[in-house]
Order: sequence, then C-alpha cells, then structure tokens
Amino acid sequence: MTVTAPERETVVAPATAPSYGMSERTRKERRLGWKLTAPAVILMLAVTGYPMVNALYLSLFSYRLTDPSGRKFVGLANYGVVLRDSLWWQDVVTTVIITVVTVAIELVIGFIFAMVMNKIIFGRRTVRTAILLPYGIITVVSAFAWKYAFALDSGFVSNWLGWLVGKNYNWFGHRGSALLVICLEEIWKTTPFISLLLLAGLSQVPEVLQEAAKVDGATFMQRLWKVTIPNMKAAIMVAVLFRALDAWRIFESIFIMTAGAQKTESLSFLTYRQSITRVALGIGSAVSVLLFVTMVIIAAIFLKGFKVDLGTVKGERR
Amino acid sequence: MTGSATATRPKQRRQRSISVGGAILIVVYTMLPIAWILSLSLKSPGDLTNKKFLPSHWTLANYRTVFKTSLFTDALRNSIGISLIATVIGVVVATFAAYAIARLDFPGKRVILSLALAIAIFPQVALLGSLFSMWRAVKLYDTWPGLIIPYVSFTLPLSIWVLSAFFREIPWEMEQAAQVDGATAWQAFTKAIVPLAAPGVFTTAIIAFFAAWQDFAFAITLTSTNRARTVPAALAFFTGASQFQQPTTAIAAGAIVVTVPIIILVLVFQRRIVAGLTAGAVKG
Repeated sequence: MTVTAPERETVVAPATAPSYGMSERTRKERRLGWKLTAPAVILMLAVTGYPMVNALYLSLFSYRLTDPSGRKFVGLANYGVVLRDSLWWQDVVTTVIITVVTVAIELVIGFIFAMVMNKIIFGRRTVRTAILLPYGIITVVSAFAWKYAFALDSGFVSNWLGWLVGKNYNWFGHRGSALLVICLEEIWKTTPFISLLLLAGLSQVPEVLQEAAKVDGATFMQRLWKVTIPNMKAAIMVAVLFRALDAWRIFESIFIMTAGAQKTESLSFLTYRQSITRVALGIGSAVSVLLFVTMVIIAAIFLKGFKVDLGTVKGERR
Repeated sequence: MTGSATATRPKQRRQRSISVGGAILIVVYTMLPIAWILSLSLKSPGDLTNKKFLPSHWTLANYRTVFKTSLFTDALRNSIGISLIATVIGVVVATFAAYAIARLDFPGKRVILSLALAIAIFPQVALLGSLFSMWRAVKLYDTWPGLIIPYVSFTLPLSIWVLSAFFREIPWEMEQAAQVDGATAWQAFTKAIVPLAAPGVFTTAIIAFFAAWQDFAFAITLTSTNRARTVPAALAFFTGASQFQQPTTAIAAGAIVVTVPIIILVLVFQRRIVAGLTAGAVKG
C-alpha cells in the first residue's frame, strides 16, 4: 500500500517548450489545467498573500490605533525595536526548547511505535485506531486534559508522583516544570503522526537487505543503524521537517495551559498578543513578519542545508 | 517464515510477546489522557479536588450543564456547520486542482505544488492581525463565512497533495476502454472513474474535516459572539454554569462531546485515514 512505485506518467513537463510548436490539443490542455487549479490558487493566496503583504507594509510605519493621524513611515525601525527587546529573545529560546525537545523525543518514540506497528501480528486494527486518536483530538481538548492532570486542585499526577516532587507541587508555577508539561502534551498529541510517516518509510526498506544482513550475522542494532535507518532517511527527514515547523508554531496548548505565564510564551503566542491588542499596529505587524521569517529560515535550513528533497519524496521526480 | 523446527520457536515466542507488549503500550499511551478527561467529565464538582484518577461518585450532571449552556450548544452548531461547509467546498476545489496536477500537462504545476507547501507550513498566527482588520472592513467578522474561508484555504494544501497522490494511482485507461466499449464520455467518467476516485476524495474529506474541527487561532480571533464561535474557542471561554462553580468538570464534558465525532470517524475509517495521511506526506 505504501510502497512508492516509480511514477510512470509524464510528470516532467516541458515547461520551457516553445509555444509555436504547440498543437491545439496541448494548448487546450494547458488552459484546462490553469482553469482547474485557479480556484485553489486564488483561495490560498487570498487568505495568506494579501494579509502578509499588508502586515509587511504596516510594519514599516509607526502607527497607533489610538492616534491614527500620527502615522509615519519609519522604515525598518520597528524591527529594530522588536529585535532589541529581551522578550522576543526569551520567546525565541522558549520556542527553540519546545521544538528541539519535542521533535527529538517524538522521533525516538515514533520510531519505536512504527517498529511495533510494522511487526505487529494481531491487534493491528486496534493499535491503528488508538494511534489515530491523539492525532484527531482537538488540541484544545488535549491541552485541557494535560492541564487538569497536572493542576494543583484537580490533578492526579502530583498524587501519583508525590514521592518524587511532593503532593502539592505546583507544576505550572515554575518555568521548567511548566515547559515539561507543555512538551509532554505536544509529544502525546503529535507522536502518532510522526510514527505513521515513519511506518510508511519503514515499509519501503527492502526486506531482502534485512535478510541479507541477518544471514551475514548482523545483530538487531547493527541492522537498525546500517540497514533500516539509512534506507528510510528521506522519510525521517520529511517527518522531522514537518514536525519541527509544526512545533515552532505551538500556540493553543500554551494559551490553555499557562497563557504564557512563567516565561512559557512562544513566538506564536507573542504574535497573537500583539495582534489582538492592535494598539501598536506597526510593532505588531513587525512581529508577525518576523515569525514568518523564522519559519522560512527553518524550512530553508532543512531544504538546502540537509538537502531534504521534497521532490523525490513527493513522488514528483521519480 | 517456514518453521525450521524447534530452534526458532523460543525466538518467535519472544518476538510475539514483544509485539503484544508494544501494542498494549501504544494503546495505553494513547488512551490514558482520553480516559482521564472522560473520568473528569463524570466527576461532581465537589469530587474535583479529590486528586484521584477516577470519580468517587459517577454523575452525568456535567453533560446536562453543558447542553443547557447556550455558549456551548451554539458553538456546537457553529462547529458542525462551519466545518462541514468548509470541508465540502475545500474538497471540491482541491479535487479540480488535484485532477489537473495528476492528469494534465501545463506550466506552473510545480509552482502550485510549492505554493501549497508554503501555505501548509505558514504560521497562521502571523495573519491574525491583518485578517482581523480585513474581516471587519468587509463585514465578515463574527460570521460563518469569516471562518469558512480561512478553513478552506488552509485545508487545501493537504487536500491537494492527498488527492493528487490518489489520482496518480487511478488507471485512467479505464476511461478510454469504457468509451471504446461504447460508453459515452459521461458514462465512462461516472462508471469507471468515480468509483475509483471516491475513496480518495472521501479520505481527503475526513482529513480536511479534522483540520477545520481543530482550529483555535482563527476561531478566537475572528469571532466575538455565539453567532460564529466554534467549540474549541467556546471551551476556552467557558466559565462554568455559575460564577461560583469551577468550570473544570463542565469543560471536560464539553471536551468529550466534541471528541465523540472524532472517535467515531477514526473507528470507522482508520484504514483510509492512515492511507491518506501517509500518502499526503510521504508519497503525495
């Protein structure tokens, strides 16, 4: 089911083909292609393109809603204000911690889950159903579940872990423990997705190679490091890329669990606060643009630095 | 595995027990937080602070509270309506685009796929400020279309990927074959292609519905009243049946109510959802 068969059809379009040699049929096909994709393109751009350009434009002005007439062009000064603010950097650190910790742990747990699902003999259906539940559940619901599990008044976790931290430990009262709970929630909710991606990658590793390594007397760990992982590198990188970009946007769970208290504010939460107060429009827009820029940088690092080729993985080029 | 007799048997048994143990571990891992919120929803408010996993007295009072609160019932209506409409529009638009991408040759195909990727990883929170102003200017603020439009836009990328992955696997020659056999173009399409494409479209719809059902950032920013506020936003604003009562157990009940549709969809369609998710991300 998940084995990528080499794509056979004519995907490599002669995009630069001179148009004079085009038959009526080709021209018709082109026009139909554009017509069919136009609604999707327009919808995707309407909600992202214009607002983003608008934010970019506003970020160049000193503009307060309370004083609309005092609006004046300040160039990149707003970006200077944000980047010199220690709150921005504190939120960068928080977001980096959450992203690195959750993605690293999810990769390990997700891989174990994928191996279990790959080898499972009975109960396959039950496990698959179970693994989809955290993915499908609303993030807000999951955040409430974890919040109440650790909360001072309603939480059972402090009761269970009383021997470790004391029965009245205030998990949300300290930065470290609050971040821990936020990370746990994020890990619980998104590991299933990563494990499904890794399962798909795992099933693409040729069984012949595994058998050959076994015959040669390779141990389980040797096969894992020398055969399995190298052969599913593409799937791993894609999973990490998508999860990292997703974790970088973390918002709902922080909103529900701490509302940014105890220095747990993420970049998305900072952007949200700046956006809804709408008092300093210029600064708020600059924060929005900077959040966008950070994501572009991460994506660029993966695509250029780690050479994640989405083309091959997407089955576009093969 | 052709049994090479007795030598492999202990090994097989060990493998089986690891596999069973792993399966149980996964199920416990996924079910524990859900079981907790379910248990919480069955606690009485006085029972809340007993700090036990299970309630000492089971009660359905929280569900009655939730269904008597218009904040929640209106939100449930909004969530169902908005998510369903956004799903239908999104899947129709994505089907057109995915068909073109999978079947036709036209310049700009790669650009569209890259655009979809860019939208998929776009930080939605960065748009909230601008969308807030735009929606107020064009009177979409606090309306159903005001949420439906962003939901359609943001579910499109995944829908286009998943669908074009499915469409690439369809043996389109069937269409010609049917026509050769004397079917009209329309008959060939409805009899030969639609039955093959329907599962993919349906899978995409489920995944798109999940995404719309989930959304929180747009819901809290672009709505202000019960007119269009969806359940995730309502849960965050729920303050309890009265101001003297902790809302915790009622929120838990509301959380369970909105989780039930997800559980049902997952139970019935787990196979398709897995295929769709992995097709979209790994194969697409």
